[in-house]
Amino acid sequence: MTDRTGTTGPDAFTGTTPDTAIRTADAEERAAGPMLAADGRPLKRSLNRALRAQKLRALALIAPLLIFILVTFIAPIADMLFRSVENDIVSETLPRTTTALQDWDHTSGEAPNEDVFRAFYYDMALAAQRKLHTRLGTRLNYEVTGISSLFRRTGRDMDNMGEVYMDQFVDLDPAWEEPATWVALMASPDWIADQADWQAADSGAAEPAFALRDGVGAALPRTAEIYQDFARFIQVEDGDSPIGEEPWPVVYTALYEDLVANPSAAGSFDGEVSGLVAAAAEAVQGFEAPTMKAAFLDSDEDWADPEVWATIQAFSPEYTPGYFLTAVDLKKTPDGVAAQPEDQQIYILLFKRTLFLSLTIMFSCILLGYPIAYLLSNLPLRTSNLLMILVLLPFWTSLLVRTSAWKVLLQQQGVINDILVWLGIVADGNRLVMINNQFGTIVAMTHILLPFMILPLYSVLKTIPPSYVRAAKSLGATNWTAFWRVYFPQSVPGIGAGSILVFILSIGYYITPELVGGTTGTFISNRIAYHISSSLNWGLAAALGSILLAVVLILYWVYDKIVGIDNVSLG
Amino acid sequence: MSMELPPYATVGQRIWHYTFLVICGLVLFFLIAPILVIIPLSFNAENFFTFTPGMLAFDPEAYSLKHYRDFFTNANWQQALRNSVQIAPVATLLSVSLGTLAAIGLSAPHVPFRRAIMAILISPMIVPLIISAAGMYFFYSRIGLQGTYIGVVLAHAALGIPFVIITVTATLVGFDRSLTRAAANLGAGPVRTFFRVQMPLILPGVISGGLFAFITSFDEVVVVLFVGSAGQKTLPWQMFTGLREQISPTILAVATILVVISIALLTTVEVLRRRSERLRGMSPG
Repeated sequence: MTDRTGTTGPDAFTGTTPDTAIRTADAEERAAGPMLAADGRPLKRSLNRALRAQKLRALALIAPLLIFILVTFIAPIADMLFRSVENDIVSETLPRTTTALQDWDHTSGEAPNEDVFRAFYYDMALAAQRKLHTRLGTRLNYEVTGISSLFRRTGRDMDNMGEVYMDQFVDLDPAWEEPATWVALMASPDWIADQADWQAADSGAAEPAFALRDGVGAALPRTAEIYQDFARFIQVEDGDSPIGEEPWPVVYTALYEDLVANPSAAGSFDGEVSGLVAAAAEAVQGFEAPTMKAAFLDSDEDWADPEVWATIQAFSPEYTPGYFLTAVDLKKTPDGVAAQPEDQQIYILLFKRTLFLSLTIMFSCILLGYPIAYLLSNLPLRTSNLLMILVLLPFWTSLLVRTSAWKVLLQQQGVINDILVWLGIVADGNRLVMINNQFGTIVAMTHILLPFMILPLYSVLKTIPPSYVRAAKSLGATNWTAFWRVYFPQSVPGIGAGSILVFILSIGYYITPELVGGTTGTFISNRIAYHISSSLNWGLAAALGSILLAVVLILYWVYDKIVGIDNVSLG
Repeated sequence: MSMELPPYATVGQRIWHYTFLVICGLVLFFLIAPILVIIPLSFNAENFFTFTPGMLAFDPEAYSLKHYRDFFTNANWQQALRNSVQIAPVATLLSVSLGTLAAIGLSAPHVPFRRAIMAILISPMIVPLIISAAGMYFFYSRIGLQGTYIGVVLAHAALGIPFVIITVTATLVGFDRSLTRAAANLGAGPVRTFFRVQMPLILPGVISGGLFAFITSFDEVVVVLFVGSAGQKTLPWQMFTGLREQISPTILAVATILVVISIALLTTVEVLRRRSERLRGMSPG
């Protein structure tokens, strides 16, 4: 036993023993890494792969619906939010004016200078040809009453302002009236050839897009710009060829302005048109040319009013908080935010009324719903199931059926008034007015929303163990104390859940207030509908809708914290 | 705490007990009476919205089916009925098929962003209808769907989807996943497993989700009012215009028919719910 180098020590043993087998396996595992699956891959990776496949399969099942909801529902909501701040109509319709107005000081108390009027002339003339000026007028009329008719009146005068120049050019040389003169002057030779091919082919294919001649943009910048607008409009909107169309009067105004600024413009042209332009350049010095400011004031004196210009300036940016300000009875003025005039402050009142009516409906629902939920949760199952039908039937009945029922019941010649008269409580000539006012809205909506209070409340009351109340009574509590100190506190979550649900549903209600609310019992949603379909002020409708949506989402967040969205019960 | 009075109850307790029952009776009366009252009124022989002396005396002359005849012969009402019948089933089919697939996906373990996805899918139920209607009106006008049949169907399908998701996921909570594994083990492919094993078990949930989606579309008026045009005028829309402009007693006949349909649907959903609970062994018999 002293010689340890012999063959008796286990380490020196070279054959296969269980001991060595384990050791080899251990060593192999250390070398080869983690445990393997049946196919030889590491188990961990295999599991991860399976998990990933499972996740992908689940997402693939969800994806079609998710895309569907995003397109049919979320995109519309996003569009509404966008519309509530969108305001590109001013800068799109009057691009030159908004740029020129940037330097004008609205506090000066004077109308802007001739440059702004000139820019405004081109914008208005083009807008009037496209019939866009009335839309802009309507938009600005939301801010300052009367602008709409101002735009409409002046829109009619735009052609006259340009014809002053047109007539003088034509008097000088009748060639100016010919569309061919203008094409030769403005269009690129390539385009003229393409357009001729297109006309010859008559195949119904799209027209080749109008292209300017090289260099004309430098020689007659304004004319080139306006003529190009004209040519593209003729091509796209009318589907005609510019070769056969006499230019709009505004093109002549532009030519006059360009020739005054650049008398040597003829040098950029050759051939027949060069002489024509040279002659015109000489003649324009003697043209009768009233200032644009005078022309506009001649059309309507209101153009001298700095407020009109300040409004255009204030609403030049592409995005505006203006609709949101209107929605809370404020307005955007050039000097910042100000309150609306007293007689136009209606939205805060409407929001307050919506809140007041919704709260009243919510409390009525608590008052009427609690006894029923209590009764249902304490009756034997068979009886309570029967009574539950009385709650579920209204829940399932069409909203319009219930609203029409109330309309029939509450009318002055309706069932309730008839009964009251028959009972002698009310004189026949003195029937109660119960509809088309707040009372009608409250009664009908309490009836419609009551099941939404009873059902969540019932599911909470069902879980309260009866032994607690029995214990309280056995300890000497009166019926009232046992209810108020023991039972009621446990039912508060149910009241909370039902109240929030009823409140959320009622602040967004539209149909019932519209039918039984008259003028005093309507909600903010009725105003939204009015702005969409009657006044066509979509931006304001979108802003009101966004505010309402924000309130509802906050309330749902609270609801989720208290009850959990997943626990929404469908009865 | 039972609703029965103990034998030793005091007089005060007795009075309160019966007062409470009377209060409950009145509230239940308030809930159900308006719906019941329109049924006899719809048989009124006169164009009144109240009981005529003849009706109160049960004079057969005072009752008639003329408002029902008007509903079935009037071109406006018939067009509205046709539109409703053409819109609601297609919208329901869309929401049920997409919704059931998604609900199965959502109930799988380890779904990434489950809460966020769920919130998006449920949102049509949360957002007030007037806001959905406004948004859809703006957006569908942009893409040329405003005033079209397809636009109304898509809008109604979106509104019905939350109901399908909620009912089907609720059914899937009690679904025993080892059944699908067993089917796979026995050689069934995923499609076969779905139709032969999973579908029969979750069918009650799918059908009641479908009924909810159907009734949502069938009763819906706000969205169709904005997204639709005169060509998509549905039954509720026709009732809405009728109530707002020239209220005619035909509305009461239509309302009665709708109440009967609601009762039929309510019964179906209740039967399905019980069947589903029995299948999942949650309640005896």
